Amino acid sequence: MDRRKTRRRAGQVGLLAVAMAVLLAGCSPEYMVLHPVGPVGWQELHLIVLSTVLVLIVIVPVILLMLYIVWRYRDKPDNKAPYQPHWASSKVLEFIWWGIPIVVVGILGAATVRTTYALVKPPENNVKPLTVEVVSLDWKWLFLYPDQHVATVNYCKIPTGVPVQFELTSDAPMNSFWVPQLGGQEYTMPGMSMRLWLQADEAGTYYGHGANFTGEGFAHDQFRVVAVGDEDFNSWVNQAKQSYPALTQAGYAKLKKPSVMGEATYSAFPKGLFNATVWADGGQYMPGMFNDVPGGKPDKAMSDGM
Amino acid sequence: MWEAIRHFGDTYLMWREGPLIWGSDVLILLTIIGIVFALTYLKKWKWLWREWLTTVDHKKIGIMYLVCALLMFFRGGVDALLIRTQLAEPNNHFLDAEHYNQIFTTHGTIMILFMAMPFIFALFNIAVPLQIGARDVAFPYLNAISFWLFFFAAFLFNISFVFGGSPDAGWTSYPPLTELGFDKGPGENYYLVSLLISGIGTLGTGINFIATILKMRAPGMTMMKVPLFSWAVLASSIVILTVFPALNVALALLLFDRLFGAHFFTIAQGGNPMMFINLFWVWGHPEVYIVVLVAFGVYSEVVATFSRKEIFGYKSMVASLMAITVVGDVTWVHHFFTMGAGPDVNSFFAVSTMAVGIPTGVKMFNWLFTMYRGRIRLTLPMLWTLAFIVCFAVAGATGVMLAAAPADYQYHNSYFLVAHFHQALIGGVVFGMLAGMYYWWPKMFGFQLDERIGRWAFWLFNIGFYVCFMPQYALGLMGMQRRMYTYPADLGWGTLNFISTIGAYIMGLGFLFIVVQVLYSIKYGKRDVTGDIWDARTLEWSLPSPVPHYNFAVIPHVTDRDMWATLKEQGRTGELRTAASDIRPIHMPNNSARPFLLGVCFFFAGLGFVFEWYVLAALALLGVAVCLLARSFELHDEHDLSADEIRRTEALSGRL
Repeated sequence: MDRRKTRRRAGQVGLLAVAMAVLLAGCSPEYMVLHPVGPVGWQELHLIVLSTVLVLIVIVPVILLMLYIVWRYRDKPDNKAPYQPHWASSKVLEFIWWGIPIVVVGILGAATVRTTYALVKPPENNVKPLTVEVVSLDWKWLFLYPDQHVATVNYCKIPTGVPVQFELTSDAPMNSFWVPQLGGQEYTMPGMSMRLWLQADEAGTYYGHGANFTGEGFAHDQFRVVAVGDEDFNSWVNQAKQSYPALTQAGYAKLKKPSVMGEATYSAFPKGLFNATVWADGGQYMPGMFNDVPGGKPDKAMSDGM
Repeated sequence: MWEAIRHFGDTYLMWREGPLIWGSDVLILLTIIGIVFALTYLKKWKWLWREWLTTVDHKKIGIMYLVCALLMFFRGGVDALLIRTQLAEPNNHFLDAEHYNQIFTTHGTIMILFMAMPFIFALFNIAVPLQIGARDVAFPYLNAISFWLFFFAAFLFNISFVFGGSPDAGWTSYPPLTELGFDKGPGENYYLVSLLISGIGTLGTGINFIATILKMRAPGMTMMKVPLFSWAVLASSIVILTVFPALNVALALLLFDRLFGAHFFTIAQGGNPMMFINLFWVWGHPEVYIVVLVAFGVYSEVVATFSRKEIFGYKSMVASLMAITVVGDVTWVHHFFTMGAGPDVNSFFAVSTMAVGIPTGVKMFNWLFTMYRGRIRLTLPMLWTLAFIVCFAVAGATGVMLAAAPADYQYHNSYFLVAHFHQALIGGVVFGMLAGMYYWWPKMFGFQLDERIGRWAFWLFNIGFYVCFMPQYALGLMGMQRRMYTYPADLGWGTLNFISTIGAYIMGLGFLFIVVQVLYSIKYGKRDVTGDIWDARTLEWSLPSPVPHYNFAVIPHVTDRDMWATLKEQGRTGELRTAASDIRPIHMPNNSARPFLLGVCFFFAGLGFVFEWYVLAALALLGVAVCLLARSFELHDEHDLSADEIRRTEALSGRL
């Protein structure tokens, strides 16, 4: 009996150590989700912290109560604790524990709904947003800048302090666009255009990766998001326009072929490429798909070329 | 001739793929030779055929489910260790992307559909008829068909690794990745066809147990006197009946896309992949409840028995089971909050998902207060139940955290999610199935599994579990995605992955201890001579262990919820032992080879569809039709067990 007890205690100490290690380690910057650099990531982190606190309030007492009950009512001949084999219902007690989770779910539910609605709006209203069109390919990421007319592969430059509207689609199996330090992910799906608002408030280079499995090259489906000041962003655009080749239809067809590649920059890309891709991949069958997408339906000639 | 053999070897047996395939080939061959040799040497072929392959006895079918579940647990576990070995360090090349993708796909599929499902069906079969005072399930013949469809589906799925290639698109199998355009080989067909075949069998089981519990209860057992395990099985069966058709339809349509060029889920031609994802999760989420509700049922039995006390809040327990059954059907979208359904939809499903936590929380408190003022014996089933309460409390907590949609945008597809669902399914389901196995093992086999070795297995598996999965929560917050076959060194993921791998191996060691425990106990385990080795509360414990094949010589009349406990308490156990003169002949269903043959036919039909060998498929389907027709004209499928024989059997166990 004693040996068993020691073993159990050793197990508990071990568990506690692991938990502490995880908590302490959370302070290190490698925990990207816990170190957001923009308002979207921060709002999500707030919800993560709130939900963690709420569930801990419930489960810690439950586990402690269990340990206490098991110890107090263990089956030993000299145990003096009361034994009532037919005590099997209590309206008051049951009322309490139908009540506790209802209250917790009520609080967390309200916070969740509020944040859910907040995140579909631009994080900042006073600054003109930047639009970046994102096409996930096998196994690379193409970023199109419809207002700046430049394009990149596997890295995305954005200005700090400016809300960025990512328009997402896929011209390959569906994938998911995730930059943990900026905020949560959104899927890229063929034939659909989806929107994700993100914003970086600090300059820096942030890890991004396709988050939904896409087959053989999935593990190498990485990209960077580089946030720089306004002026640096504009000079980068100018430089891209001057010193890199343009992305042509033929070039895009080549990109679309499954492969893993490094980064690339293009001074221009075929106008309406994003919308034409969505249209050709099935957007044409979805009524209303282009109502909300800048540029609207592509013209027929363009989409036939896809 | 030689050329043809080489072509066959390269295409179907994949001889060029290297040592992983060769090793598997050798192991499979050795196993087959071993089994054939043992059966022949021990002259057991006839015994195997008569007692097992053609049986319609729910207890034997239950045992066969259990054996298969344990074997599949082993296979899925080996997959898991291969996965963890590959991920132990950054830039590892133990497996290549292709094999890794196949292995994580088969790991998930096997663990859910070919391990967890047969495990719950094992317990359905072993316990339910005995608990409710019935002589068999409502449809014994259908029960055998369900088993053999599962068996041959699992067989078909398992040979894929060495015959043509395994599926490699994840157990969720999302199109368009699984459409022909991106995934040519036969692997994905294996997945679709074998899940379809086992899905048909599962529906049969669902129908069977709903009918059994509603119609076959002993006289006097009103619904409010049904033991909680049987209530849980009823709830689980209702969910099966509600959602498995959705899975079967989704699989069939995707198979049409792949084999016959249909466009249900393709991206061009107006199909919509989202439809598959919806149908899949309409089944996929309730599937979690299908398995975990049964585990909840086990815990309710175990806690009451080993606290020597009535279950606390029986009515609340039933109400919460039913609440989970209903609410669980409207939570599926939380698997794709990140697919742009919009804030209205996401808000609804976030709150509905959190709401499932309410009845689950109530059950937790009721279990705790069943122990409160009881007398707690820390036997193996009870240990696993206590471990469940801790583990599942955390799993439920992270589940609620994941349900907060905007937070989920950060957890989705990451190792945080992986850690959560393993904690829910291992801590909830596997712990429950093991508790149930230990609990009913003496009833099945007449001996108890050794406690000492069992405790080793328990601690190893539990410690291994936390060492394996706690680091994965952290990895998720570090941005690690699921399903990457390798990762770079500069992100700092190496250490935690290595720890996690160690944990997986400790769990593997724990499983080995269970194997040793079973083998040891066959010879040295404590024999159960009373039939009530745990001093338990429900009717199955009033019978001898193992139970005679007609179950109850005379059907008991039920007046109480914990009937057997009440009788013992009032010293009335003699009421269940009937006078020799009261024994009447019993109608029993005949054994039949047809369910087995039906399974064989489905296997070959499945193989035909996997490789598009339509002649084979047509012939095998003809076999299916013949089996069905033959059954339709079978007029005498029952026999009478004479009163004398029953008296003899009862006398042998000292009950007359």
